[in-house]
Amino acid sequence: MKKFKYLLLRRATQLLLLVLYFGANAYGWHILEGTFGSSVLFGVIPLADPYTTLQVLATGFVLGTDVLLGAAIITLFYFVVGGRAFCSWVCPINMVTDLANWLRRRLKLDKEEVNYRFLKRSARYWIMVLGLIVSAVVGVAAFEVLSPITIMQRGIIFGFGAGIAVVVAIFLFDLFGVKNGWCGHLCPLGATYSLIGQKSLIRVKHDHEACTNCMECKIVCPENQVLWMVNKESVSVTDGECTNCGRCIDVCGDNALEFSIRSFATRKQSKGVKNETNG
Amino acid sequence: MAKNSDNNRRKFMATTLQSVGLTALGGLLWSGYSDEAKASPLVLRPPAALPEDDFLKACIKCGLCAEACRNRDSNKDRDGNPRPSTLQMAKGGEHKLIGTPFFVPTDVPCYMCDDIPCVPVCPSGALDEASVTNEKGELDINMARMGLAVVHKESCVAFWGLQCDACYRACPLLDEAITLEYHKNERTGKHAFLLPVVHSDVCTGCGLCEKACVTEEPAIFVLPVEYATGKAGTHYVKGWDTQDQNRLKDAKEIHTVTERSEKEAADYLNMEVEY
Ligand code: SF4
Ligand code: SF4
Ligand code: SF4
Ligand code: SF4
Ligand code: SF4
Repeated sequence: MKKFKYLLLRRATQLLLLVLYFGANAYGWHILEGTFGSSVLFGVIPLADPYTTLQVLATGFVLGTDVLLGAAIITLFYFVVGGRAFCSWVCPINMVTDLANWLRRRLKLDKEEVNYRFLKRSARYWIMVLGLIVSAVVGVAAFEVLSPITIMQRGIIFGFGAGIAVVVAIFLFDLFGVKNGWCGHLCPLGATYSLIGQKSLIRVKHDHEACTNCMECKIVCPENQVLWMVNKESVSVTDGECTNCGRCIDVCGDNALEFSIRSFATRKQSKGVKNETNG
Repeated sequence: MAKNSDNNRRKFMATTLQSVGLTALGGLLWSGYSDEAKASPLVLRPPAALPEDDFLKACIKCGLCAEACRNRDSNKDRDGNPRPSTLQMAKGGEHKLIGTPFFVPTDVPCYMCDDIPCVPVCPSGALDEASVTNEKGELDINMARMGLAVVHKESCVAFWGLQCDACYRACPLLDEAITLEYHKNERTGKHAFLLPVVHSDVCTGCGLCEKACVTEEPAIFVLPVEYATGKAGTHYVKGWDTQDQNRLKDAKEIHTVTERSEKEAADYLNMEVEY
């Protein structure tokens, strides 16, 4: 079970949130209402997605305070727990792209690493900025027009319609096209959360001494460029692109990776970690 | 060494140029698609929605309005289960901006709830509570302008002389938004036409009339206000209306001179004009 601890926890969180959102519409529950764009927690606390909020602001519309406050709350939350925790613990598309990625490994589609010249992992930041520009030009929140994330979530709450095609497209793209193509290269929401979580408190920490260099972690990691320190240095993963999914921790047979509170003097401690987390 | 850094710089320039180019290309395609996707002129929005252009900017697609509409107390069937809601969230393939709320009167019209549950929940301001709040500070659904009902007289059977006042009876603002006009039926000589007439200053566009209409395709239907109304223009002045006359008070005479107007007017009826 240890091998799947965080994976199962994440799936449970993702599904629970979807059930709560679904129930808000279907049964009138007042726990978590709305969609990721903007929600209400326990009938009072406003929540809003920072990137969606930025897009609406870019159109020139002066948003209601509920959304602004909601976006501030969400930004603060992910600023602390790690921006892309949204990706691995909340976003429903993560289940789709994880499945595609898993199948890819199963079908050995990964053996030949193709070099996609045009598609760099930095593309998402360009897209993020572009999304704001297009929102301003066209006068509509531009990413929301095609966002698979909210299309999938609304699909689950209100019914899919033809919108399911976008989700299937993402799945196929990640399976047969580029490895981690959507979440790792294109998604501007993931990019926004990467930026928000740059300095987050909760981080994965590597223990170089315990590592046996099996590289299991790099195989499962959807952003494996962030694990550059594996078997090199005992430091935290500080890159904002780490999704805090904990898959690397799950698969590591040598306890060389663990969640920890970010230590700002990273290089000072190198052992310690194992003792803290052995419980 | 110098050569190497030169190469690096060239490579860097090329990659930057490429990124900028691709971004521009993407931006064009994306803009085109988004612009296309938001073009859905004949859609009816929830009560208090901002004018369509602003509404499309503002709506954050949270669905809170649709959820409030579905789960309002007045929307229960006999067993206490929620009925389908008036407000639906646009799905892919429905040719409306995806994720925005709308309603279709022939599916479920708006029941004009007194407490308008759908409006105060809107977090973005796309639904403007002030526009449905009266001077006393109370919510007033009669101030909503979701659309305007229009009668197509050729398919309305009341215009044929049959007795039908289904729309009139369905209207929550009966005798205000729709009135019946009586006319003599010259064809039979002894019957009356009872003709439904909609008044645009009162009609909220709820669509209850459209839902109630008895004809195969409704003869009365709600259109977005700007598609259901014309505009006479400011150069028409109602001579019998003192208020309207006031508009002329400070008007200055504009005298245009053309080649033609310089000639005397010809009294051609009394003159023997030679052609
Ligand atoms: S990158 Fe985008 S789609 Fe992927 S999990 Fe994060 S928010 Fe969701
Ligand atoms: S006023 Fe109309 S749209 Fe709003 S909750 Fe009532 S029925 Fe639904
Ligand atoms: S509540 Fe407001 S922002 Fe949310 S979907 Fe409805 S109109 Fe849009
Ligand atoms: S839409 Fe029809 S039923 Fe509703 S107020 Fe107007 S005339 Fe009356
Ligand atoms: S219900 Fe339809 S057919 Fe009957 S009077 Fe009204 S518009 Fe005409």
